[in-house]
Amino acid sequence: MAGEATKALSNDVLWGGGRSPFSISYGKMMMWFFLVSDALTFGGLLVAYGFVRHATTEAWPIGEEVFRALPGLTGDFPLIYVALMTAILIFSSVTMVLAVEAGHRMDKKGVVKWLFYTVIGGAFFVGSQAWEWSHFIHGGGGYITLANGDKYWVHNNTHDTHDPANAEGFHLVKALPGHYLKADESHGHAHVEGAEAKKLWEERVDYVDGANMTRNEYGPPQYANFFFFITGFHGFHVFSGVVINLIVLLMVIKGVFHRRGHYEMVEKAGLYWHFVDLVWVFVFTFFYLL
Amino acid sequence: MERDDIIEYSLDAHHSEEEGRKIRKKIWTVTLLLAIVTAIEVTLGAYWKEWFDASAWGTIKLLYVVLTLVKAGYIVAVFMHLGDERRNIRNIILLPYILFILYLLFIAIWESNYVHRMLELFQ
Repeated sequence: MAGEATKALSNDVLWGGGRSPFSISYGKMMMWFFLVSDALTFGGLLVAYGFVRHATTEAWPIGEEVFRALPGLTGDFPLIYVALMTAILIFSSVTMVLAVEAGHRMDKKGVVKWLFYTVIGGAFFVGSQAWEWSHFIHGGGGYITLANGDKYWVHNNTHDTHDPANAEGFHLVKALPGHYLKADESHGHAHVEGAEAKKLWEERVDYVDGANMTRNEYGPPQYANFFFFITGFHGFHVFSGVVINLIVLLMVIKGVFHRRGHYEMVEKAGLYWHFVDLVWVFVFTFFYLL
Repeated sequence: MERDDIIEYSLDAHHSEEEGRKIRKKIWTVTLLLAIVTAIEVTLGAYWKEWFDASAWGTIKLLYVVLTLVKAGYIVAVFMHLGDERRNIRNIILLPYILFILYLLFIAIWESNYVHRMLELFQ
C-alpha cells in the first residue's frame, strides 16, 4: 500500500531511532510474528505427516480414493468436495482483501459488505468441514479381513454397518492387496454375492468400519490421526478467524474505526484470515493431493 | 493522551479512488490465477491415472509442490501485502522461516528414509 512503507528513506533515518525501521505499526508487526510462529506449528505438523508417510512400509491411502463423495449425491466425485471447500476459502480470502482495500479508502459501506461476505464464506467452510469429518468417521461400509489376510469391502443398499449381512443388496468386493479402497479384478470379477458372500462374512476374523483414533477403514491408524489433528487444528483456526472477523465487523458497523481515522484493525484481522487460507493451500496439497 | 512524537504508520495506509481501482484489478487477476491453479491441481489429482502412466506420478507430485509454492507466494505477496512492505521486514519474516523449514524437511526426509529401510529389514 502507498504511504510510509514506500517512502525512500536512508538507513540513518530508518534506524536512527524514534520510529519503526520497518515502517509498520506495533500491532501489525506482532501479528506477523504470531503468524510466523503459527506457521512453524503447521509446518511441524505437515512435516511429521510426511515423516510417518515416508517411513511406513504399509500401503498409504490416496486422497482421491478416500475423498470422493458429495453430500446428498451418490456416485464418484474424486476430490470435488475438497476442491469446493478450497474455492470457498480462497474466495473468502478475496472478499477480505477487498474489505481491507475499502478500508484504505475509508469506505465504511464497502468494508461492511466485504467483511460480511468473508464471515459467510468462513462459516460455510467450517460447516463443510463438519460434514467431511462426519463422512470420514462414518465411512463407507468398512471391510472384513479373512484368516488368509484377504480383505473384502462390505456393501449394501442401506449402508447398514451393524448387521450388514442381512441388509438388502449385501455383497462383498475383494480389495486389491496393498491398495486401500480399490477392487482386485486380477482374477475376474471382484464382486461376491449371495450365499458365497454370507459364507465369507461368517468366516471374517476382523471387521473395521469408519474411522476413530485407533483404527480406520482407509489405512494405517496414523492416517486418520493426522487427518483429525491437521484438519481439526486448521478448522479451529478458521472458527477463531470467523469469530474475530465477526467482532471486527460489529466494530466497523458501530463506526469505531471510522472515528479512529483508519481501518488497520481490518488489515490485522485480514492478515490472520489470509494466513488461514495459506495454511489450507498447503494442507490441500500435502494431505489430499500427494 | 495524544503524542505527536509517535508516527502513526496506520494513517499512511490510505489511498485514493484512482489507486483503489488499480489495486482491485490486481486482486481479481490474482484471484483468477489462484482459481486456475487449483482447478489444474484437482483435475490432475482426480484423473492423472487415466491420462498418464504411473511413472509420471513423481513428476506430477513435484508439479504440485511447485504450484502450491506459486499459490502461497501470491497469497503472501498480494493478499497479505508483504510485497508492498519494506524489504527489511520482508526478510525478517521470510528468511528465518524458510531456513528453518528447509532444515526440518531435510532432517525429516533423511531420518524417515532410514526408518523405512530398518522397518523393511526387521519387520
